[in-house]
Amino acid sequence: MTEAIKFLEPDAAILARRKEIVDDLAELVPPERLVHEPVELVPFETDGFLAYRRRPLAVVLPETTAQVAAVMKYCHRYGIPVVPRGAGTSLSGGAIPQEDAVVLGLSAMSRILDIDYANRTATVQAGVTNLSISDAVGADGFFYAPDPSSQLACTIGGNIGMNSGGAHCLKYGVTTNNLLGVKLVLVDGTVVELGGKALDTAGYDLLGVVCGSEGQLGIVTEATVRLIAKPEGARPVLFGFDSAEAAGSCVADVIGAGIVPVAIEFMDKPAIEICEAFAHAGYPLDVEALLIVEVEGSEAEMEAMLASIVEIARRHGVRTVRESQSALEAALIWKGRKSAFGATGRIADYICMDGTVPLGQLAYVLRKTSEIIDRYGLRVANVFHAGDGNMHPLILYNINDPEDAARAEAAGMEILKLCVDAGGCLTGEHGVGIEKRDLMRHQYSDVDLAQQMAVRAAFDPAWILNPSKVFPLEGRE
Amino acid sequence: MASQLTPATETEAAEIIRDHAERAAPLEIRGGGTRAGFGNAVQAAATLSSSGLSGILTYNPAEMVMTARAGTSVAEIEAALDANGQAMAFEPPDHRPIMGTTGEPTIGGLFAVNASGPRRITAGAARDSLLGVRFVNGHGEIVKAGGRVMKNVTGLDLVKLMAGSHGTLGLLTEVTFKVLPRPKTAATIVLSGLDDEAATHAMAAAMALPVEVSGAAHLPESVKSRFLSGGLPEGPATVLRVEGLEASVAVRVEKLAAAMQRFASTTRLGPEETAVLWREIRDVKPYADGTMRPLWRVSVAPSQGEKLVAALRLATGVDAFYDWQGGLVWMRMEADPEAEILRRYIRALGGGHATLVRASGAVRASVAAFEPQEPALALLSQRVKAKFDPVGILNPGRMTTGEPA
Repeated sequence: MTEAIKFLEPDAAILARRKEIVDDLAELVPPERLVHEPVELVPFETDGFLAYRRRPLAVVLPETTAQVAAVMKYCHRYGIPVVPRGAGTSLSGGAIPQEDAVVLGLSAMSRILDIDYANRTATVQAGVTNLSISDAVGADGFFYAPDPSSQLACTIGGNIGMNSGGAHCLKYGVTTNNLLGVKLVLVDGTVVELGGKALDTAGYDLLGVVCGSEGQLGIVTEATVRLIAKPEGARPVLFGFDSAEAAGSCVADVIGAGIVPVAIEFMDKPAIEICEAFAHAGYPLDVEALLIVEVEGSEAEMEAMLASIVEIARRHGVRTVRESQSALEAALIWKGRKSAFGATGRIADYICMDGTVPLGQLAYVLRKTSEIIDRYGLRVANVFHAGDGNMHPLILYNINDPEDAARAEAAGMEILKLCVDAGGCLTGEHGVGIEKRDLMRHQYSDVDLAQQMAVRAAFDPAWILNPSKVFPLEGRE
Repeated sequence: MASQLTPATETEAAEIIRDHAERAAPLEIRGGGTRAGFGNAVQAAATLSSSGLSGILTYNPAEMVMTARAGTSVAEIEAALDANGQAMAFEPPDHRPIMGTTGEPTIGGLFAVNASGPRRITAGAARDSLLGVRFVNGHGEIVKAGGRVMKNVTGLDLVKLMAGSHGTLGLLTEVTFKVLPRPKTAATIVLSGLDDEAATHAMAAAMALPVEVSGAAHLPESVKSRFLSGGLPEGPATVLRVEGLEASVAVRVEKLAAAMQRFASTTRLGPEETAVLWREIRDVKPYADGTMRPLWRVSVAPSQGEKLVAALRLATGVDAFYDWQGGLVWMRMEADPEAEILRRYIRALGGGHATLVRASGAVRASVAAFEPQEPALALLSQRVKAKFDPVGILNPGRMTTGEPA
């Protein structure tokens, strides 16, 4: 694998003090919550962005906010970098450590603290998984809306760090729209509360800027999130089209007609084939593009919405329309979509890109993407959230062939630049991490970036928190 | 009389701010001035208004996104959206009636105060709709943040910081925001005769149903006659709104009414009355009374609103009604602002915050308009403010927190 992305040079003085630091950390957390043997550190070397890995100085897995605060206070005092980590599912390298850093893993803080149906909130520790919130309240008719594909494993703390989204965010919004409050440990170990059960917060919207800050402003140890009453029913429908353009203009017309489905997912032919071979979801194999449109509500409501959507699809020459007739069929349709990443992994190595484009540019960006991929002699499968323009080209390559890998990486960067040039952004839900750090200047001017970095510095003047990430290494304040 | 500066371009606005920063001369930042009197008074020799920066720049209904210069009137924006069957989901309130102001509300002013109406409880606040901004910071630099797409996690979300910062972090010059299809129809269920506590339970039960209630307010006897020209049924009114496609609203209203039978007798309002009622709730009609009697906007956990009011009633003269399922309490005091007791009770009930929206000049001079923050948060806010406006020239003192240390 190439090492195109640079890390900060580890601080030799910190590396030299490693044993002393480990001994000090042992005073702050129980022995079983400190990981320092080289072999035990291996699982913490990387996250879902597998191409890069670094062995951290040590890993602490605190059980309480007080322990997190103690570790932060210590690291702040000695200028030791800290890399926060949830379940390690980041796809942009957000949780990849560096050699002179202490990894602060929140996975042991996995208790649901309070469920309040009168106010429709859940207060949970940061290490609680996304799906377990919905599981805890599902029997009572509620759910937590943001649903990243990794929701079985990923933690709410990580979701807040990345402002995660998912297929159903078209209607319900992403993490920032569903987050009411956090307990936050600042870089010097001070514990503050931002927000709470009230809908609006006082003063500057610090909660808003902490959400999506990729572990650079503080460590979230607890969160209060919105619960939503589950709809009576939900029904996904498959639409097969002869071209991406037809599918794209169908999406635009559905929204233009005043219908906002809960999800609109797009798959191109390679993605359809890969997912069908894996999940046997009954996807049509004779079409160029597939939409999964999900509506929800009562039977009458779903019927009304679907009738309008089907009519619009027919105007765009839809070839296949398949309404799910049962819960089993509905689950199967989603299984195909949700297994896209895993299914792709069975046939090739791939990198998953994550840019967002304005809806009107979807067809153009898809066409240019395939030109870029052809030019590099690679293959791509496209699967994405068409309702909000969040694209996920999966670029297939061979990880054991360094040249192939370099080509895939270069093609990916070109595609992301294309998204920005089309009026979109570098990342819709995966975050900048290390992956897109050096492209930030393509989206933002030096002044824009300096303002962001200044705000970062207001929270963490010495750049201790997750320092290799998000912002280009040159020109930091 | 303070001098009025109304730049015609963003570049000109940046030059003005740069010039004032060099001279450390404070500027009062404003849009259309319809919320003049909001927040703490600002001492500045000059007022800088965005009202000269006007016009819708891009609007593609199929993308559900609009970009407009900050000084564009809300009326112009709403007309353009309306022509395409769309609207701002957060139902921006018009504060002129309670503030006793005139002029045109601007889209920038609206986001600068994060003004959000009844649908906030399900559709989010103004900040949730705001996707991107351009602004001039206190250095006189033009900064852009966010973008024009729904999902964007590229870098720090400065957009959220700008929303609700009351012109203390920068002069907004351009905003990009998400819009949604305007509901095709709407209906309201009125529950009659519930006291505040029972109403709170009924609203919580309604919000827990799968019928997508998009507005939940309680109008006690003291204010009820001020709505719909006195046309609501007898007794306190607890009102629940359902919106959407014709067929689905009809079905959901039936279900909601059936479920609410156990709380009170119910009546229904059709689309026209529903539109009027919720606009009156949004614009705080009962307290648009032409007075300067202290008016508070209190945000607490929805279950705590009525407890707060009940406790206050034992101590002072207060009139109140509830939006956001009880979580947004509009409170008008009889005489004094009672800030200390109000804020003490809010803390005792688990937190939230109170903003003094309107008061006489004398009261405003002595009472912090915004909720004082605990020291660590206040310090952090001050540091953030200093990163945008190190000289402290933008609306100095408007928010009690966030001034340079």
